[in-house]
Amino acid sequence: MTATSAAPRTLIQRVSNYLYVRPRVSLLMLLALPLLWFLIVYIGSLATLMVQSFFHLDGFTGQVVRQFSLSSYAQLFTPANVDIVQRTAGMAGVVTLSAALIAFPLAYFMARYASPRMRPLLYLSITLPLWSSYLVKVYSWKLILAKEGMVSWVINTLRLDAALDWLLGLPEIGGPSLSISPIGIYLVFLYVWLPYMILPIATALERVPKSLIEASGDLGGRPGVTFRRIILPLAFPGVVAGSIFTFSLTLGDFIVPSVMGNSSYFIGQAVLSHQGTSGNIPLAAAMTTIPMLIMGIYLYASRRAGAFDAL
Amino acid sequence: MPSKPRDPQAERAPWPISLGALLAVLFINFPIFIIFLYAFTTDEQTFTFPLPGMTLKWFGVAWGREDLWAALGLSVRVAGIATLVALLLGTLAAAAVSRTKFFGREAISFMLLLPIALPGIVTGIALRSAFGLFDIPFSFWTIVIGHATFCVVIVYNNVVARFRRTSWSIVEASMDLGANGWETFKRIILPHIATALLAGGMLAFALSFDEVIVTTFTAGQESTLPIWIFSQLTRPRDRPVTNVVALFVVLIMAIPILLAYRISQRDGETQLSR
Repeated sequence: MTATSAAPRTLIQRVSNYLYVRPRVSLLMLLALPLLWFLIVYIGSLATLMVQSFFHLDGFTGQVVRQFSLSSYAQLFTPANVDIVQRTAGMAGVVTLSAALIAFPLAYFMARYASPRMRPLLYLSITLPLWSSYLVKVYSWKLILAKEGMVSWVINTLRLDAALDWLLGLPEIGGPSLSISPIGIYLVFLYVWLPYMILPIATALERVPKSLIEASGDLGGRPGVTFRRIILPLAFPGVVAGSIFTFSLTLGDFIVPSVMGNSSYFIGQAVLSHQGTSGNIPLAAAMTTIPMLIMGIYLYASRRAGAFDAL
Repeated sequence: MPSKPRDPQAERAPWPISLGALLAVLFINFPIFIIFLYAFTTDEQTFTFPLPGMTLKWFGVAWGREDLWAALGLSVRVAGIATLVALLLGTLAAAAVSRTKFFGREAISFMLLLPIALPGIVTGIALRSAFGLFDIPFSFWTIVIGHATFCVVIVYNNVVARFRRTSWSIVEASMDLGANGWETFKRIILPHIATALLAGGMLAFALSFDEVIVTTFTAGQESTLPIWIFSQLTRPRDRPVTNVVALFVVLIMAIPILLAYRISQRDGETQLSR
């Protein structure tokens, strides 16, 4: 027996052995491609976005001036733009709260009461719509809420037209019909993001140990107390995890407001129109920093609340 | 006498919770059925309910539309290539993160999650501004780059979940028995993560096939199927055709989702949440 017979013969074997005993090198090889892609394509793009937000548009020529300036940021504080930000953040907040309220009973039912046969069916009935086409879901609400559509028909049959007219006549939230009004935008946002809220809450609730609930009962906690002091705090990270999606998705959406809305812009629409027709990428970039900033704070706070374990 | 222990599963829900759950499930599923109904309507100008009549005419009309076939073809090609890129990058990242503990490991998961955790317009306008700054013209590939970037995390989540249940001793055993790295990958690791890749790939495909927000910023003049539908939503010209397209999109997208769901039922760890 010579020493060489045990040595790897082919190149590929030698490379394999080399990598096997040097985990740092193999780690680097595994990480190289995804890391490069994300650093160049994603982080790189975000960096160019930041850089361009400090350029500005020349008022006379309509050309982008590649010099440092804060004028794009200054434009964010015009009343019209403040209005847009308030409208969008307000909608995101209301949609998130409503989604949490509607999602909780269902998630609670799934986690605690659904029989082993029923649970996968419930799960599927949320997962299928979640992954179903986003645009088709928006479109279906255009059909449902149309002036001559289903909801109007039901309201008409129930002779509640006066109530609908009163609702649509309200300032701020009303409009010519449900399918062209902030109420419509709210309903569609609530619908399309609701599954994102249900699943993390259900996951968090499933992790609450049965023994803990029983212990609370044994120690004299009535169901209401157990719910408030045991279940709710443990489900909270799930609610926060869900709210990251509902909040962020609402902040960055321009589809629903342009399909269901009137001329009052949301952040997404403003960004889209600045970069498109007027070619004002610096202003669009500066405007994008608002949802990024809001989400940055939100993500940081959620991380501290332990929400990432529930994702 | 000890009574039979109460089965916690047999516990009955209080009625407000059952009712709330039922209403939420109906709310989530009801609009999808509306799509099935309206594909058959005879109404060309409005969305009248109850339907004035039923017809199959619009299926034929939609079938003959060249622009629709072009949009569908583009969407399938984009989603296919974006999925392949996501499979490669997502699996590599998952292997790295599962294999060793290293500094910045958390930061990498976080970075992969960012494109879907940050608002969609952020990814869109960031890519748009980068393409603009470096004079990269919009093309098929600019769409693919955007899609691949936000699809990586879907594959990554699925493969990480699988690796978490994997004992690395099977890899060591394979190497001890004389297999080289490539053989170990082909005969041990790949079969082991195959269904996780399939599920992740299916979901990544579905995500890309349906994406419209980032695509709006990276497509230029090209029209994917979601962009076609969006243009119909804001300026309706072909309402009956759009009804039929909506029905088909629901049916097409159900296939990868149901497949991924079946895998998750069998393997128990597939990440179907986004």
